[in-house]
This record gives sequence, C-alpha cells and structure tokens, in this order.
Amino acid sequence: MYQVIKREQLVPNIHLLVVKSDFIHRNAQAGEFVVVRADEKGERIPLNLVDWDDKSVSMLFMVVGTSTSKLALLKEGDEIATLAGPLGRPTEVIREKKVVCVGGCYGIGALHPIIRMFKKNRNYVTTIIEARSEFLLYWQNKLIEYSDELHEITRDGTRGFKGHVNDFLIDYLKKNEVDMVYAQGCTYLTYLTSETTRPFGIKTIVGLNPIMVDATGMCGVCRVIVGGETKFGCVDGPEFDGHQVDWNNLLSRRKIYLGEERHSLSFYECEKYG
Amino acid sequence: MVKKIIPKKTPMREQPPKERAKNYDEVPFGYNEEEAMHEASRCLQCKRPTCIQGCPVEIDIPGFINFIAKGDFRSAINKLKEKNVLPAVCGRVCPQEDQCEKVCVLAKKYEPVAIGRLERFAADWEQKHGELSIPKIPSPTGKKVAVIGAGPGGLTVAGDLIKLGHAVTIFEALHKPGGVLVYGIPEFRLPKAIVYREVDYLVKCGAKLLLDFVVGKTATIDQLLEEFDGVYIGTGAGLPWFMNIPGENLNGVYSANEYLTRSNLMKAYLFPEYDTPIVRGKNVAVIGGGNVAMDCARTALRLGAEEVHIVYRRSHKEMPARNEEIHHAEEEGIIFDILTLPVRYIGDENDWVREMECIKMRLGEPDKSGRRRPVPIDGSNFIVKVDTVVCAIGQSPNPLIPQTTSDLKIGKWGNIEVDLKTGKTSKKGCWAGGDVVRGGATVILAMGDGRIAALSMHEYLTTGVW
Repeated sequence: MYQVIKREQLVPNIHLLVVKSDFIHRNAQAGEFVVVRADEKGERIPLNLVDWDDKSVSMLFMVVGTSTSKLALLKEGDEIATLAGPLGRPTEVIREKKVVCVGGCYGIGALHPIIRMFKKNRNYVTTIIEARSEFLLYWQNKLIEYSDELHEITRDGTRGFKGHVNDFLIDYLKKNEVDMVYAQGCTYLTYLTSETTRPFGIKTIVGLNPIMVDATGMCGVCRVIVGGETKFGCVDGPEFDGHQVDWNNLLSRRKIYLGEERHSLSFYECEKYG
Repeated sequence: MVKKIIPKKTPMREQPPKERAKNYDEVPFGYNEEEAMHEASRCLQCKRPTCIQGCPVEIDIPGFINFIAKGDFRSAINKLKEKNVLPAVCGRVCPQEDQCEKVCVLAKKYEPVAIGRLERFAADWEQKHGELSIPKIPSPTGKKVAVIGAGPGGLTVAGDLIKLGHAVTIFEALHKPGGVLVYGIPEFRLPKAIVYREVDYLVKCGAKLLLDFVVGKTATIDQLLEEFDGVYIGTGAGLPWFMNIPGENLNGVYSANEYLTRSNLMKAYLFPEYDTPIVRGKNVAVIGGGNVAMDCARTALRLGAEEVHIVYRRSHKEMPARNEEIHHAEEEGIIFDILTLPVRYIGDENDWVREMECIKMRLGEPDKSGRRRPVPIDGSNFIVKVDTVVCAIGQSPNPLIPQTTSDLKIGKWGNIEVDLKTGKTSKKGCWAGGDVVRGGATVILAMGDGRIAALSMHEYLTTGVW
C-alpha cells in the first residue's frame, strides 16, 4: 500500500495526487508515467508523472470514471493499492532548439516535467495552454518558470487568446521559426495539434493515452498504429510522431469499454451513495 | 513376491462439464486418501527409476509415492519439497504425460502411475492438515540475491537459494506474486489461493517480496548489482504476437495475454464488483492450439459465450496443448476448427470486429519442427460471424530488461541468451531462465531453468568464480 501525502482539486474535475514513493522518484524522467490502482478491486490506470522529489511522486488526473472517482475522494494519510513505475520511454532530449509545447486539460500539468527538461537543455520554450474558460486553466506560475513564452488560450475568450489551439498555432508558426512541437492532453488536442503542424512540416511529438492493463509490455491492449506499424504504447511510447499516428484507430480503441465504464460508474455510485 | 500390476490409473473425480462451464471452480476434485493410496500402490518402486530423469527438477518420485502408499502423507510432502518448491502448482499444470509419466515403466504396456495427481494430493493434504513445515535454514552466508519476477522460475530460484542460506529479495512488477500462474492460468485450472499459499511459504522461509517493482525501470539491473551479489532474471512473457493480417486492431480483438490478465489477475469475470471490464462475446474465436488457447476458450465459455471456436491451422495431432486440456475443452463444448487459418477480420461502422475470413488448409511436408506444414487450399475462403477474437499464438520475451541493461547479449527474437548448462548470461553476476530466454514454454521448464541457475549461482556466491 502507498500513502497519500496530498490530493487536491486544482480546477473542477482535475486533481493533483501526491503519493509517498520509496523507489520511483530515483529513476523518474520527463515523459514517463506510473500505474495506479485505487484499491484492491480497482483497475490499473496509467497517469503521467507531473513532478517528483526524494520522497514522493505527483500525478494529475481528470475525473471520468470509477477509478478516477475513487482517487478523487482520497485524503492525506489514505492509501492506494498500487503505484508502479516509472514506465514508458522518456521524452527524447533535444538541446538548443526552439520548441513549442501545447497542453490541454490534464496535459497542462503533464507538460511540467517536460518543459523543465527542455529548459534545462537550453531550448527556447514556448508553452501554450488551452482550456474552455479561464477558471479551467492552472499552474501558470509553475509553467512560466521553465517557459520563455507562456500563452493562454480560452475558447470563450475569458483569458488570453480566444479560440482553439490550432487558430493560435497557425499564426504562431507563420511568424516564428520552430524546430519541434510537443503536445500533451486529450486525444482530440494531440490530434488537432498534429494536423495543424503537418502542413508546416514541423516535427510533432504527442503524448498518447491508450488503454493499458499491465503497462509493462505484456498484455498488448495499448497498441497504436504508427507509420502503418503496430506499436505498444507502454514500452514503445507513450510519445509518438503525431504525423504518423492512425488517429481514427486510436480514438475508436479508446472507446472499447465506454458501455462498461458507464455501468461500472453507476454500480460504484450506487454502492457508495445508495 | 511379484507385485500385481494394476493396469489403469485411478480415475480422478471432476465437476460435470455442463455444470463447470458456468463456474470458475476447479475442474478436477483431486484424490482422497483412499484413492491416493490405491494409485500409489501401482508404482513398481523400480530399482533404477526412469521417472526421475523425466522430471526437470528431479523429484524423488518413487520416494514420495512410497510414503503415500504407506499412508505417511507428511513424509511424502516433505520428500517432494526437497526438490520442488511448488508441488501444488506442478501437480496441476505440469505436462506429466510428456515428462515423468511418459517414461514410467508401466507406460510401456499399461497406463503410467498418475504421478501428477499424487503430487497434487500430497500438497493439498499438507494444506488441509495445519501449518506448513518450514525447513531448517542454515546460518546466513552474507550474500544477497535479487530474483526478478515472482513467476514459477523466480520462485524456484528463491526457494533453492534461501535453503542454502543466501538472502533473497524477489522483485515483482505486478501487484500480485505468481507471474503466469496468477495472470495467465485461470482459476478453474489453478486456484489462486494455492499460488499465494506457495509464495507465502517462501516468505515464511525468509524471502523478501517487493511488489509493484518493475526492474529495468524502477531500478535497472546495473543499479541492482550495486547492492546484490547475484541477479536472476525470470521476467517471462512479453509483447504478444499477432498475425499481421488486416483488422487485428479492431475493437474486440484481444491478445491471449490481455484476455487472460483481465479475467484472472484483474478479476474481470467479477465485473462490476471488480472495476476491470472484459468483452463478454457471444461468438468467440480463439486462434491457436496451445494450452493458452484452451485457457482462453474455456474462459470465454465461462464469461457467457454461446459458441466458442478454437481456430487452428494444423490438425488435431499437431496441437501443442496437453491432451487433458483439449479433452476438457471438448467436453465443455468448445468447437475445434482445425486446418483453418484466419486471413482478415472485418469490422462494423464503429470498428468492432463482426466477421472473420478464414481459409482452409491441408498438411504438406514436415517443416523444421518435424510437424507437417500447413498449406492453404486456394479458393477455400469462407466468412464466419464473430464478436470477440483472442489471438493465442505466442509472444516475444519481455523487452524491459533487454532495453535497459548494458552488456546483456540479446538473441534475434529479443530473448536473453544464456549458457544452457548454467543459466549464465553474458553479464557477470546475472542469470536468466524461463520465457525471457525460451520465448514461450511451460511452468515446469521455467522451474527447471531456475533449478539449474540456482546451483550455478550458489557456486558463484560461495567461490566468487564466474
């Protein structure tokens, strides 16, 4: 069992989870993830590592189903059943380049260790974060620390640029020399970012979130088609070249258990709240 | 006095097929004391027993059977445990018909002694009769060993080295120990409580067990070698193979590893009480003819499938599964489509698999494995309705350690290369065995590898000579 140090709702539906770690922090690198299981009956779910120190690791999650609903109720001192990692291949290190990093939803937090690594390697880092409205943006103070530029985008225009990330990005790429674009967040955001950069021919790396079970290279549920080949998200990824990803397949594979997930959540809420 | 020969094995009682296909309880009940003693009395107690050579871990088979025949069950289990740390497991899942029982002298004319069933009986008897007896552990040697993977191979190494006085830490990536015994083999074939009991025994003997520890990531082999004097790599199965035919990434197409892990380790058969879901298909096709394919097919049936087909490209004779598994599957109503090969899967508008196109095969000349090579029959294509497909055609070894370890020689299939006589890898202080070396094999072969490596490790730990 692993002790919860902190669980905090950052903005509606998005939570930070800090758990005591004996080993994971020692080898953790930007772009890696952990597997978490809330309790003995819980599912194994992958969560991006957003930070770590010598006694803990931090993850962000958005409440969508049973597992994340369980996590959202954790208090300091509670325990979770599984915490394993760090998993996946770390983000490829690049040096002294111009990088644009795009984050939305939980991906805003997931950018944190990545831009920290990029900045440490003397890259020029432009960070773009997107949300529906101002009250859903978070961690600007943490991200600005490693960003040469920080741009905020809201769909309703309550803060920063009004519109979608693609609108902003097209304009930015027209005016600026950029070596690489990196995106973290929901499948739609990573897809949109990739399609926006494609005509510019700029290398685009995306953090994907396929369904996983063991997450150690054994079960194969996390397969994604990249460049026409089947790759495994947990050991070949979770980051891939966004211009090579078969997005339709990824989107449909993410929906395999939609019905069961709804059923599970109703069952859980019924058991819990009557 | 010439011993009277009893030609046939004492039958083992089991759940009726119709009933058991709807539950997860173990299929065979096991012998009672009377049945076990009767079966044990069939053993000729050969002066030069051939059965021991047939056993990868060299159990004194006539020795333990003789104790059962006399009704001294405690001595029987102690005799077994001299060589085998997992008797309750091996008694259930070993392919005895290809090993000890195959070379039993009785098997020349009659049915061999039911060695596996007797092994199971002795282990179960101990469980029913109070505390497990803990062997005497010699004083500590001061040497520390890391065992990576709490599967059958790793547990064997751990058991052997603890009994020699070395300090053993077992690292397991998943949240439960047991490896394939827990994530792969279904409850109805090997109840998980039995595996945990055997692991518990090792912990009582002094092994330290660290779960959720993914060696290669949480710590690398090189990092472990700073702390440990020797490392055994028994990380088992890795990425599942697919056939690379169109439609394999459609929803509803599983690898056997995923299907079984969801059902067994994550207990998806108890969904929604447990959170992990699994598709409960009505028309299920399982591709492959090994034990894993049989496990998947029988799991599908228990998950409520109306029709489950085993689709295998060769004939019955070439099926690698144990006869007992094939027999159990047939009894339960699994349909065998032999000499049949899927060529593509067809999905609906939401990317769910709905149909499977197959081609009929005939057997040609024998290939390198000595089995007759299946050849497609032109124009024999046909389409069947399916809503779930489980691909059980094998897997490559787990990639995490090969990816992250320096100086470790890796074969062309991603397997770790070892010296077969010692289990030594190309890296000093590292041994390996089981599926990470062999690709895909059996529980007992992994245990045999573990036994060989443990001997070599002990020699290295005591002499310092690599």
